[in-house]
Amino acid sequence: MKRSNEPIFWSLFGAGGVLSALVAPILILITGIIAPIGVWMPPQALDYPRVLAFAQNGFGKLLLLAVISLFLFHAVHRIYHGLHDVGMHVGTGTMVAAYGSALLGTLVAAYLLLVIGF
Amino acid sequence: MAKIKTYVRPMQGWWRRNPFFVRYMIREASSVFLAIYAVILLVGLARLTQGEAAWDAWRAALTSFGSLVFHWLALLTVGYHAYTWWKVAPKTAPDLRFAGRPLPELVITAGGWFATLGASALVYIIVRWM
Amino acid sequence: MAEPRTIEIEVLRYNPEKDAEPHFQTFKVPFTHDTSVLQGLQHIKDHLDGSLTFRWSCRMAICGSCGKMVNGKPELSCHTFLRDYYPGKVRIEPLNHFPVLRDLVIDQTDFFNQKLPAVKPYLLPKEDKPLSAGTHLQTPKEYHSYYQYSQCINCLLCYAACPQYGLNPKFTGPAALALLHRYNADSRDRGWQERAEVLNSEEGVWGCTLVGYCSEVCPKGVDPAHAINQNKVKSTMDYFGVLKFLMPRGGS
Repeated sequence: MKRSNEPIFWSLFGAGGVLSALVAPILILITGIIAPIGVWMPPQALDYPRVLAFAQNGFGKLLLLAVISLFLFHAVHRIYHGLHDVGMHVGTGTMVAAYGSALLGTLVAAYLLLVIGF
Repeated sequence: MAKIKTYVRPMQGWWRRNPFFVRYMIREASSVFLAIYAVILLVGLARLTQGEAAWDAWRAALTSFGSLVFHWLALLTVGYHAYTWWKVAPKTAPDLRFAGRPLPELVITAGGWFATLGASALVYIIVRWM
Repeated sequence: MAEPRTIEIEVLRYNPEKDAEPHFQTFKVPFTHDTSVLQGLQHIKDHLDGSLTFRWSCRMAICGSCGKMVNGKPELSCHTFLRDYYPGKVRIEPLNHFPVLRDLVIDQTDFFNQKLPAVKPYLLPKEDKPLSAGTHLQTPKEYHSYYQYSQCINCLLCYAACPQYGLNPKFTGPAALALLHRYNADSRDRGWQERAEVLNSEEGVWGCTLVGYCSEVCPKGVDPAHAINQNKVKSTMDYFGVLKFLMPRGGS
């Protein structure tokens, strides 16, 4: 029997699962609901200068990259296996599309975080 | 020996036949909302690099009805992911014992929920006041 | 003495010599407060239709023979009671995810002839101890590290519960993987390496997506989901070459 390469993807899935279990609900709540509406969070909290400073900070870059990248790797792993669960024949092509798009998202995020400056 | 004739039952619709499986599929489907949210953040990051006007336009888009509906659904399903994540986390831990008895799974699960609460409080504080 | 009430039992029938497909047949069965689903089936066979075919043996949830789908859930029919379904109907089908041989009887050969031997479910000690050396001694801690997983009665309810096995019968499956862990976790065993090929493969622990229904339905509290998923961690450490540093024995 061939040794599976799942450990690589499962590790990324697991890291993303822990991170998203910890902060995804609150991030969705803040950025997607309470800041746009303006309750429990003054809209100024997400003003350009404040967020820019965060993205230009080294620690902030790390957090932003971790959130975007690991959320993506967690999600595509579940989506890939979920497609199999609903009866789709998933092979190498689907795998490349799934993990490849998470990798692409990661690279784009990394590039943007460099371009945004320090 | 002659080949024995058997009947193989089809798997189509398997998850609709049991509420346990329906909840499992909801858990898995939460990943779609998480993926879309991550892309929304990525787009926001891109807008941030394009200057204040682009950033403010992204923020304005988040006030639309469609965006609010999406984020409410995302909050529910990703919240369900977080809840089930800590519920199953003890299954990946080794068999732990405490004071001569198996460590109840609830200890790890509750620890996870408290971690989520704590992390959420931290994120809120950082966004609001820092 | 209580008047026997009557409940409707709907059983899946399949005669390979006559039927293209299985079909349901309904029987009215008298029952009292302690009539099991198995006894309901036995009443049908004894008094209503002698051709109804189903497996059973001990009647006390230890032999693992009488597993059936009862209203869509895998149950030991000796361990499930008609009173809990009344006044609704009881629908009895063969265990899911296995080919149907006849009526409620499934083809179990995949498990017993393939999956079970593949995990080497026996102690592989470092060296053969002669009888004169005496018995193996274990501390309570060593005993507890595998005891729960040794309780499996091979009833196959977990396979009927596992959609991954249903979607891909090549998956080693819950009971076999739980037994694999049982032997790895036993302090008398040194067989981690010999079982590693099965464990680390796509058909091993990596075929599991932690649906968790297997542990829900297990009548013996084996918790195969726990056995499999803690071994995902070990398999990952083994993959990255760090298992030998953290767990020199590989096992528990």
